[in-house]
Amino acid sequence: MARGWFLPLAVTLGLAFLYAPILSLVVFSFNESRLVTVWGGFSTRWYGELLEDAQILGSAWISLKVAFFSACLATIIGTLGAFVLVRFHRFWGRMLLVAMLTAPLVMPEVITGLSLLLMFVASETFLNSHPLTSGLFPGRGVVTIVIAHTTFCAAFVAVIAQSRLRDMDQSLEEAARDLGAGPVRVFFDITLPVIAPALVSGWLLAFTLSLDDLVIASFVSGPGASTLPMVIFSKVRLGVSPDVNALATIMIAIVAVAVIAAGLLMRRSARQRTS
Amino acid sequence: MSALTQNVLWRGTARVMGLVGIRGRTLVIAVPMLWLLLFFLVPFVVLGRISLAEPMIARPPYSPLWERGPDGSLQIIASLENYRFLLSDALYRNAYLSSIRIAVVSTVFALLIGYPIAYFIARSPEPRRSVLLLMVILPFWTSFLLRVYAWMGFLRREGVINNTLVGLGVIDEPLVLMQTDLAVYIGIVYTYLPFMILPLYANLVKLDSALLEAAGDLGASPMVTFFTVTLPLSLPGIVAGSMLVFIPAIGEYVIPALLGGPDTLMIGRVLWDEFFSSRDWPVASAVAIVMLFLVVAPIMWLQSVQNRRALD
Repeated sequence: MARGWFLPLAVTLGLAFLYAPILSLVVFSFNESRLVTVWGGFSTRWYGELLEDAQILGSAWISLKVAFFSACLATIIGTLGAFVLVRFHRFWGRMLLVAMLTAPLVMPEVITGLSLLLMFVASETFLNSHPLTSGLFPGRGVVTIVIAHTTFCAAFVAVIAQSRLRDMDQSLEEAARDLGAGPVRVFFDITLPVIAPALVSGWLLAFTLSLDDLVIASFVSGPGASTLPMVIFSKVRLGVSPDVNALATIMIAIVAVAVIAAGLLMRRSARQRTS
Repeated sequence: MSALTQNVLWRGTARVMGLVGIRGRTLVIAVPMLWLLLFFLVPFVVLGRISLAEPMIARPPYSPLWERGPDGSLQIIASLENYRFLLSDALYRNAYLSSIRIAVVSTVFALLIGYPIAYFIARSPEPRRSVLLLMVILPFWTSFLLRVYAWMGFLRREGVINNTLVGLGVIDEPLVLMQTDLAVYIGIVYTYLPFMILPLYANLVKLDSALLEAAGDLGASPMVTFFTVTLPLSLPGIVAGSMLVFIPAIGEYVIPALLGGPDTLMIGRVLWDEFFSSRDWPVASAVAIVMLFLVVAPIMWLQSVQNRRALD
């Protein structure tokens, strides 16, 4: 179907549109000049400054922690939710669970962030108003961000887990049950290993979404717990800054290496399966 | 773990649950249900309640739900004042309308740019197809914030575009590109283009090329074939891709905040400013509730209609 010049040209322009801004970030991260778009010679000084920036390093560590715990919790809750919806057809509140697992996918981040923050503030006020429970609220910070991220990431994990659970061969579970395994054992010995690849991709997606989120974290975080996107946003808002270019280049390099490695691994396993 | 200890473990768990009187099924349902009730549904109840409160200089900055009157009776404080305020101030109505306009225009541009790319990838032979797909997805895995930031460097007064055009002598004066609606359109299309291409590709790759050959054999020109065969058959992909771009675009905050000008009104940005700059929590809550009914509810309804149609 390669006819004419229109399609190849459109694709070339489209890919240029996708990659040109990213490439210019990388190029100007090696720029000596502070003026980000005027070339002043090759230098790695922004990388040096970045590595000494305690605020960026600290927030990167917070972001990684938040993303790790949110991804783990979201995988557990999303998988359980998907399992319940696919395997149990009648129970009280099924429609409610369907709605609560799909709504976060279309909910604007500003609404999710604001409503969760108001809930946290209200429960903090409520807990502190009674002497017995005062001080129980953990304070806004890493814990509240993890809760918020878990809630919206669980919906994405549930989508992936649901489609895998629907596709899997249920006779395996029936066979295990016929051989005398209880439902819990069937889940851990049969269902979980079969859907594991979907859970890995769900976990990775949740980790990325959490690492990337600015809006929800800005709402629910408290003083002293800034994630990496929050720090970058406050820097970038004032204008272009060269150390952010260096940071972007490092992140792009990590992602590129990870994606290419994953692609090679998948290709190898596909080849082993066919041979 | 040996098979024996495993067995003991499973039986033991089952026995303990039986003793407490909880059926395993109930427990499995309860975990996601309770989490989502507590951290998804309850927050909306709180949001609705605070949208009825009055702003106050206090911690937290809104009036309590009830007060004890002088005679000790409970008085509930709730008013629709915030909603009346939203209706009376043209800012909010304009922000809603302009969000819809910006989201629609960006979705149309994403479709116009994404369709040829998706079509080309779907018609490519195998090794090239995978490489092109990977190239489309790859930017999605890098930070969203940094991708928007990259455009700041591109569109600035001394940015890459202006420097190139001035350097080539195409223009004398740098163009004003940053802090315009155009920059916001570019930012949204750029960020969500992969979301448009992937469902379109998934749809177009299933297109039976025998249909195209049949149309050609019957004398249709490639143009006619495209508009009478390919385009109608790819409608589900167009709808799915457009939804995936439109939904995040309409509530967008980061892109208008970084690339847009002070007069680029978007409802997500208005809500953010109301909360963080004006510190008016009740009005911000009312904005969110209205957004929920005007934006989120129609989208969820549309999606359920679409799902039902897909099942039929």
